[in-house]
Amino acid sequence: MSGFRTLLYKEVLRFWKVGFQTVAAPMLTSLLYLMIFAHVLESRVEINDLPYTAFLVPGLIMMSVLQNAFANSSSSLIQAKVTGSIIFVLLPPISYGEFFLAYVGAAMLRGAMVGLGVLAVTTGFAPLQFAAPPWILAFALIGGGIMGSLGMIAGIWADKFDQLAAFQNFLILPLTMLSGVFFSIHSLSPFWQRASHLNPVFYLIDGFRYGFFGVSDVSPFVSLAVSSVFLLAVGAGTLTLLRKGYKLRY
Amino acid sequence: MSIAVSVRQITKRFGNVQALDGICLEIGEGEFFGLLGPNGAGKTTLISCLAGLVRSDSGEIRVMGFDVQGNYRQARRQLGVVPQELVFDPFFTVRETLRIQSGYFGLRRNDDWIDEILENLGLAPKAETNMRRLSGGMKRRVLVAQALVHKPPVIVLDEPTAGVDVELRQGLWQFIQRLNDEGHTVILTTHYLEEAEALCGRIAMLKQGRVVALDSTRDLLERFSAYQLGLRVDAADRLPEAVMRRVLPGEGYLNFQLGGLDEVEPLLAAIRESGCPIKDMRLTTTDLEDVFVEIMRGQDIEKAVRTR
Repeated sequence: MSGFRTLLYKEVLRFWKVGFQTVAAPMLTSLLYLMIFAHVLESRVEINDLPYTAFLVPGLIMMSVLQNAFANSSSSLIQAKVTGSIIFVLLPPISYGEFFLAYVGAAMLRGAMVGLGVLAVTTGFAPLQFAAPPWILAFALIGGGIMGSLGMIAGIWADKFDQLAAFQNFLILPLTMLSGVFFSIHSLSPFWQRASHLNPVFYLIDGFRYGFFGVSDVSPFVSLAVSSVFLLAVGAGTLTLLRKGYKLRY
Repeated sequence: MSIAVSVRQITKRFGNVQALDGICLEIGEGEFFGLLGPNGAGKTTLISCLAGLVRSDSGEIRVMGFDVQGNYRQARRQLGVVPQELVFDPFFTVRETLRIQSGYFGLRRNDDWIDEILENLGLAPKAETNMRRLSGGMKRRVLVAQALVHKPPVIVLDEPTAGVDVELRQGLWQFIQRLNDEGHTVILTTHYLEEAEALCGRIAMLKQGRVVALDSTRDLLERFSAYQLGLRVDAADRLPEAVMRRVLPGEGYLNFQLGGLDEVEPLLAAIRESGCPIKDMRLTTTDLEDVFVEIMRGQDIEKAVRTR
């Protein structure tokens, strides 16, 4: 497992060296979201008997976790592919399982660091409860794993930066933005409520929020089951690509 | 001599292009082996198959006895590859790059050897410099260093001196030669044929995905050996018809192709007898470039192919 350990270390060092961009910047983005939405909606909206800001903060944290986990593995792979430095991890005796675990592990770590950062900078804005911390941890890890894995698929599939950007802008961003970060899906029309139930990110956000307030749109057990199945499916898909050497070994 | 690398009936097709077409080779342990051929001949594809970067359509490659696909972990431990492209990871310093590369091979405390490589490749003063800030030649040295961190028994160098200044080229070859002397098998592709001639004990020439020549460098040179005698004479019009018929086309010197040195004296005697004074004379021998050109023209493929 030494290949895994070094690859994980390399991936963490990679984002840490540009931490201003990879950790601090998304914290600032989340803070801006919070300030703007709180300013506009705080006195007008209450969701599930919670002040709007309190409702929003867990969603923002989870969105940061997800987006940064995706960004980490996808950008690392596409950069390495475009510059050719991917060869340095393809030549050594690293198994595809180690490869997968290292990239997803680093993505989860970056997601967790940004998530903790967002929690820290938003803490003064809303009274958060920590009703069921294990749920918070579970959904953060599963969400980071799913997005780290999806990021690997995107990074492996894309040949150019604009293809990766399309994956990010037309798939990941809508899935996260329309997952109930900013609103409860009960406020939607029945059609969009049903549509939201098809979005796996909805379950991640909803389950994560349950960990803070003990209330959610669907049962956290359902969310956990759906998220776990999705993680297994995405993970299996990524491992299959790696095993076959898709767009990595010709 | 035991076999370091065996390549059996390797084929690889990319779309309509048959990049490798039944390559067979055996490279012995401790050899300094040259892989030559024009662009597109399949050299880099073959090396990529060896390194596991490209999966062959059929055939088998073994490195130190390990199948590069079936037993890839062991096979890759035996190999150090210096890629042709000048690639680097811009996030790290030279030392970080080498430590990380060591870690991939399971070597966690490798600083003594890393320091030795840095010293030998003239990289020691740049050890803490970020890769982005290195010149092209320095980046090339780091690529060589990365290939050597795990002391692989087989070292593959794909055009390692392309775009490298003379001083580095010489230093690099001294170091690689030393590793070869210590028992490492070295496989080299290069466009500098004089390098191959000076360094490689045996050479395979590839053309359109096939091996068109495979022999020791000395035998290749001998097989195509020929001398060219160039003369400058006064009053060339006095030369006898028999001599003039042998003059090769060209300007300046009158050039004669000779099969061996024993043909020199009869030719000179014939010229002297005609009363034609010789003003200048030069004798050149075949070099690897001539052999290469000859083989790539395809005029002598049947003669050149010799499987061992």
